Amino acid sequence: MPSLRPDQLKELYRLMAFTRRVDQEAVALQRQGELTAFPPLTGQEAAQVGSAYALQRQDFAFPSYREMGVAIVRGVDLVEYLRAYRGDWNGGLYDLYAHNFGPIASSVGSHALHAVGWAMGAALDGGGKAAIVYFGEGATSEGDVHEAMNFAGIFRAPVVFFVQNNQWAISVPVARQTAAPIHRKAEAYGFPGLRIDGNDVLAVHAATAEALERARAGGGPTLIEALTYRLGAHSTADDPTRYRQAAEVEPWRAQDPLLRLAAQIDDEDFTRQVVEEVEERVRDLRTRLLSAPRAEPEEMFEFVYAEPPATLAAQREELRQWHS
Amino acid sequence: MAQLTLVQALNEALRHELREDPRTLVFGEDVGRLGGVFRVTDGLQEEFGERRVFDTPLAESAIVGSAIGLALAGWRPVCEIQFDGFSYPALDQVITNLAKYRGRTRGRAALPVTIRIPSGGGIGGPEHHGESPETYYAHTAGLKVVAPSGPAEGYQLLRAAIRDPDPVIFLEPKSRYWTKEEVDAAAAGRLGQARIVREGTHATLIAWGAMTARCLQAAEAAAEDGVELEVVDCRSLVPLDVDTLSASVRKTGRAVVVHEAPLTAGFGAEISARLMETIFRDLKAPVLRVTGYDIPYPAAAVEAAYLPDLDRILTAVQKVLDY
Ligand SMILES: Cc1ncc(C[n+]2csc(CCOP(=O)(O)OP(=O)(O)O)c2C)c(N)n1
Repeated sequence: MPSLRPDQLKELYRLMAFTRRVDQEAVALQRQGELTAFPPLTGQEAAQVGSAYALQRQDFAFPSYREMGVAIVRGVDLVEYLRAYRGDWNGGLYDLYAHNFGPIASSVGSHALHAVGWAMGAALDGGGKAAIVYFGEGATSEGDVHEAMNFAGIFRAPVVFFVQNNQWAISVPVARQTAAPIHRKAEAYGFPGLRIDGNDVLAVHAATAEALERARAGGGPTLIEALTYRLGAHSTADDPTRYRQAAEVEPWRAQDPLLRLAAQIDDEDFTRQVVEEVEERVRDLRTRLLSAPRAEPEEMFEFVYAEPPATLAAQREELRQWHS
Repeated sequence: MAQLTLVQALNEALRHELREDPRTLVFGEDVGRLGGVFRVTDGLQEEFGERRVFDTPLAESAIVGSAIGLALAGWRPVCEIQFDGFSYPALDQVITNLAKYRGRTRGRAALPVTIRIPSGGGIGGPEHHGESPETYYAHTAGLKVVAPSGPAEGYQLLRAAIRDPDPVIFLEPKSRYWTKEEVDAAAAGRLGQARIVREGTHATLIAWGAMTARCLQAAEAAAEDGVELEVVDCRSLVPLDVDTLSASVRKTGRAVVVHEAPLTAGFGAEISARLMETIFRDLKAPVLRVTGYDIPYPAAAVEAAYLPDLDRILTAVQKVLDY
């Protein structure tokens, strides 16, 4: 793998700093009653941005609910992303095909199978493309994730299973999810698995780029376990003081992926400038989000079917009457 | 026109669609080399190759979940679940994802996935091989639910299901698999239209799948006593052709709904409610239901006593006539 150029390191830093700042803003917006809920990713920026940075245009990313950093790298409009958490549309309002970034998947682990199916389809179309699917260590206890890895192994699907082992699934620690190291589960399905430092953006990028390249070339799937830590709450509805000590969190703060990358870049003028840039972009995002139109009740009837059955059309008409 | 069994008719429909659309795929457990445990996919792998017709590992959730991903990549999957009672491991993917993906993506992702499920009882099967799961699917918004009654219907409806832009649960009546009928292999059907299979004036029997033939037998028996029963085959439960059902019952004034699935919250309740809501004043008697009992599908030796038979159907008919 060619190592990243200095300007690419700076680009990664910008993306990670923006992700961090939007994450904080989203939590604030929830506190102000503007979002219904939000699952923050602070602490996981290197894992998300570093892996997504390795994707090519034709690849497809299947996120869970916490992958805003991946959405940012893919170029998804954050108003359309955050409106999912504003309660306007489940899954988000963005076009999945515009950036090859799937809808927000809230049923833990179930989207791993969609990534495998997409990858099987990409292979049938002649290859040269890979899927990446993001989920947490908690999701590795779900049967669907194992069926997905087994299918991927059998069909040599071009897919990367990217596990962010952030140590906690809400209040349940990783030791309660599995008695074996997560990355070694790949062995059972016949493909490589590796464990990486998920807070080292360069390591994340290198490992993911290699796995994606192997997949695109027909070499089959890879499981990557990125060790990281969720510094914030599981979601804005969660209170982590009920299940973990501050003393556990502190060492991870020292491993903050942004600090680590800043130390590598070692250019204070640059990092200061990024902070200002990011502030402005977040101000703009906030304005655009709060002025975006809200969902209308009638919209809930849209997109259930290509053509609504007569019985459903009648219900929509009934609702229209109520609201006119 | 040819005399075909339902198995052969379905096989023809699959062959036709595989030929016509190179993005159609057929997969599931044992559907490749074996041709399916009921031989519905017989010879398809030979003709279309292992890329388009393939065996999967034994994992129903993954069959449906990967079908979703294949559809997202622009393929048109037709997957087989081996038996009704084994469709439940995939139920989460069906309810959580298959039914909701079009909505979740604001209509940008179409999911033209067909899930074929050999269904219903009457073939002396072991546990989990005789169930009628239609209500689970009909209750899930975003799915279409189709239940052909015989070879001609099976051929037309399967082709329509595969071409449909939305996910279709296609429930094949196992007990009718070996029935022969004239099949017009040129015609693809349309989803959402019920069919009057026999005209009558005194009462309407409403059914789908294997019970359509049983209702026809009942109507023939009743005719010997001078009672003319109309028989309506719903063909699809979602969309439900309420207009055809209510027009028939408006004419006859009486209706009996017949299904294999248990009574409570069975699809007969939905039909009964729709009739009440649309043609209450034309009803001369309450709508009755003749169904399976509220028990797990029973063992083979006693399944005949569980399934609606002529006696039970004709007794219900007598009740609505005497009301
Ligand atoms: C199938 C399913 N079960 C339960 C939940 C509720 N839930 C949401 S997130 C979560 C924890 C997931 O942990 P993990 O997979 O490690 O991902 P993380 O949230 O840490 O990113 C749970 C239990 C869910 N969304 N889906």
